[in-house]
Amino acid sequence: MEPNEIKERLKIQRHPMLEQEPKERVKNFFEVPLGYTPEVAKEEALRCIQCKKPLCVSGCPVEIDIPAFVELIAEGDFIGAARKLKEKNALPAVCGRVCPQEDQCEKMCVVGKRGKPVAIGNLERFAADYERERGEIELPQILPDTGKKVAVVGAGPSGLTVAGDLVKKGHKVTIFEALHAPGGVLMYGIPEFRLPKAIVAAEVEFLRRLGVEIVCNAVIGKTDTVDELLKDGYDAVFLGTGAGLPYFMNIPGENLVGVYSANEYLTRINLMKAYRFPEFDTPVIKGRRIAVFGGGNTAMDSARTSIRLNPEKVFIIYRRSREELPARAEEVHHGEQEGLNFKFLTNPVRFIGNKEGRLEAVECIKMKLGEPDDSGRRRPIPIPDSEFKLHIDIAVVAIGNGPNPLIPATTEGLDVNKWGNIIVDNDTGGTSKRGVFSGGDIVRGGSTVILAMGDGRRAANAIHSYLLNGKK
Amino acid sequence: MFTIVEKKVLSPGVFQFKVLAKKIAEKRRPGQFIILRVYDEGERIPLTIVDSAPEKGTITLIFQQVGKTTTLLGGLNEGDDILDIVGPLGKPTHIKNFGNAVVIGGGIGIAPVYPIAKGLKKAGNRVISILGARNKDILILEDEMRLVSDDIQITTDDGSYGKKGFVTQALQELIDSELKVNMVLGVGPIPMMKALCEVTRPYNINTLVSLNPIMVDGTGMCGACRISFDGKIRFVCVDGPEFDGHRVDFDELIRRNRSYFREEKAAMESLTYHEGPRCYERFES
Ligand SMILES: Cc1cc2nc3c(=O)[nH]c(=O)nc-3n(C[C@H](O)[C@H](O)[C@H](O)COP(=O)(O)OP(=O)(O)OC[C@H]3O[C@@H](n4cnc5c(N)ncnc54)[C@H](O)[C@@H]3O)c2cc1C
Ligand SMILES: Cc1cc2nc3c(=O)[nH]c(=O)nc-3n(C[C@H](O)[C@H](O)[C@H](O)COP(=O)(O)OP(=O)(O)OC[C@H]3O[C@@H](n4cnc5c(N)ncnc54)[C@H](O)[C@@H]3O)c2cc1C
Ligand code: FES
Repeated sequence: MEPNEIKERLKIQRHPMLEQEPKERVKNFFEVPLGYTPEVAKEEALRCIQCKKPLCVSGCPVEIDIPAFVELIAEGDFIGAARKLKEKNALPAVCGRVCPQEDQCEKMCVVGKRGKPVAIGNLERFAADYERERGEIELPQILPDTGKKVAVVGAGPSGLTVAGDLVKKGHKVTIFEALHAPGGVLMYGIPEFRLPKAIVAAEVEFLRRLGVEIVCNAVIGKTDTVDELLKDGYDAVFLGTGAGLPYFMNIPGENLVGVYSANEYLTRINLMKAYRFPEFDTPVIKGRRIAVFGGGNTAMDSARTSIRLNPEKVFIIYRRSREELPARAEEVHHGEQEGLNFKFLTNPVRFIGNKEGRLEAVECIKMKLGEPDDSGRRRPIPIPDSEFKLHIDIAVVAIGNGPNPLIPATTEGLDVNKWGNIIVDNDTGGTSKRGVFSGGDIVRGGSTVILAMGDGRRAANAIHSYLLNGKK
Repeated sequence: MFTIVEKKVLSPGVFQFKVLAKKIAEKRRPGQFIILRVYDEGERIPLTIVDSAPEKGTITLIFQQVGKTTTLLGGLNEGDDILDIVGPLGKPTHIKNFGNAVVIGGGIGIAPVYPIAKGLKKAGNRVISILGARNKDILILEDEMRLVSDDIQITTDDGSYGKKGFVTQALQELIDSELKVNMVLGVGPIPMMKALCEVTRPYNINTLVSLNPIMVDGTGMCGACRISFDGKIRFVCVDGPEFDGHRVDFDELIRRNRSYFREEKAAMESLTYHEGPRCYERFES
């Protein structure tokens, strides 16, 4: 690109995405950012200076050819941009919404060294939405049938990616999903206002059209075991079962009525649609004063979900300070706009209930930051005699999830580490068991959608060569 | 699809379904359960697998209409499909030859007791059954239970059949008799299970109960079904549903099962007054 053109492009300011006003959006579950118009998308795409050595690509876990898809948008070839994205990323409409771009591609963006980075995430979302909404989704070429069968366990982002990749290579793929709907955390965890479920459903429908068979209501380890799948004619198995075992805090009163795990709270509301009770049958206790414990994306999602159920107050209680919040900056910002009350350096000691065993209050203690711990973050330590009581009627515990032990416990010869995560070969995703591969949160612990998808792609390649050569 | 191939009314508001669910019919063992959803807007509810016929690919479910979902379920007929059924969930009962096994079922709790009694009988136990019901008309599975029991006692609250009184009294009498009770398994209303654990506690008799907390996923993912067991959290859907009753906090379970009493009432009202016709139409068409 000519130096002059670069100069011109650098003059353009980043285009924020229009959003629903905070006052309005807390009354509904519609998506918060409203998307780009084609004109704005083109303008934003023009900010990319088409670096010869694009650092953004090295910031992307699946190495999307970012300059190429952005330039296609600048030229107005939106469908072309979507197809370029899909060469590397099977779920761009999802990733454009939920990836932490500020820590990945946009962090590395050269334009961002001086000004604000190119809004790569917003552009990704725009192109993918454009393609989907126009219904111009192109079915990729499917290679001739290889006669091989693969079972994918879990329909989260890692499993969906494996399925899509392998079906294109000509293998027969069946996904087994424990719940009644596929999507994993995208379906039951991440709320509608951040990731509309219709988008997840469209992605799943796309896989079905490619020929992937999806069997819901199948808990592997119960309905069938991994060994039975291998015996029943599947040539390889991918385990993408996620990190779905909720941790509790082990403090008194945690089983009072009104104390939820974030998984339960979000599943009731997202998957079972309790926010539309009684139109939908599954209830959730609404509550007047709600406290969410934790500081990650799950905590933010739980709090922002609860504020949409019209309570008086929602607190986020986090034992470290604002600087250590693991949630995405954008989510914290959105949450603050919506009126969340952050209580930093605060830890719960016990929950207090009334005679009927319903939650009434939480006793907390103030913390201060001490020496750095193993994670490199400063360790929170309680300040003696600083206890105080906060009246609440709903508590959501969002301190993390562990791996579900069901599959390791029922699968002969599958090695796990001391936390119960499945151990895999870093290059192939192969496990200690022949023909069995794994990836995503069940391997990494809580991670991200894009890393789960990256694992899926890696495992799909390894499964493909395993099926053809019999080698891992 | 999960088609209902047989529907029977066992007593007012209590139904028995035989449902096509091939895989589950093959796999299930006594003590396990399924979770089902009746229609798209519906709740996921757990029901015990009472029996199965692997050669026909059917499982037997018995349920009592207590709220919206079970009411809608009871409105289904032979030939209708149940939208989702997942299972078999939970750990199977640990069945071996204990010697003299006393199995106790209260009300609808007789349904989950039946497959376990059958399993215990097959394993060589002397099975002594105690069945309790409020009155004669609502006693279920008496004939089936007789077939798998060496001895059977029936109690009704009003004395309309068997002995007048509660299952706990019958249990106490058994313990006081010549018989050496090697194990007790009881399923029924939570207060009943709590009471029978108090009967056996002084004698240190191994006492198992099958718990019925509120569930959502049934795979250990949400924690809705958690109980206190020796003061520690256990998930009934994956660690149970059977537990050593002497170590369970029943009072907490009773309180937790009342979590949604307001919402459950609202759901029932919406069924009769607003959504009723729509829902029933859906099922008849
Ligand atoms: C509330 C919340 C918000 C998040 N927000 C973000 C975000 O903004 N951005 C981001 O990048 N990441 C986010 N994450 C993390 C991200 O969602 C996960 O890293 C990702 O979904 C992991 O994908 P996965 O394929 O490994 O598993 P999952 O998405 O967990 O899916 C696993 C699937 O396997 C099924 N399953 C489990 N056991 C069995 C079995 N035995 N048999 C059959 N099926 C089984 C489960 O039902 C589930 O559907 C968030 C997570 C949560 C909980
Ligand atoms: C492992 C297990 C096995 C069971 N087996 C049987 C059985 O064989 N036959 C039978 O009739 N019942 C059984 N139940 C109870 C049955 O699940 C409930 O009666 C049913 O969920 C009520 O739903 P509803 O919408 O009709 O009533 P609701 O109005 O929702 O509730 C009525 C009562 O049922 C309980 N309940 C509500 N929702 C749930 C839920 N999701 N899970 C569990 N309990 C709930 C509530 O505590 C309440 O007291 C079992 C429960 C469990 C946990
Ligand atoms: S029902 Fe969700 S963990 Fe048991």
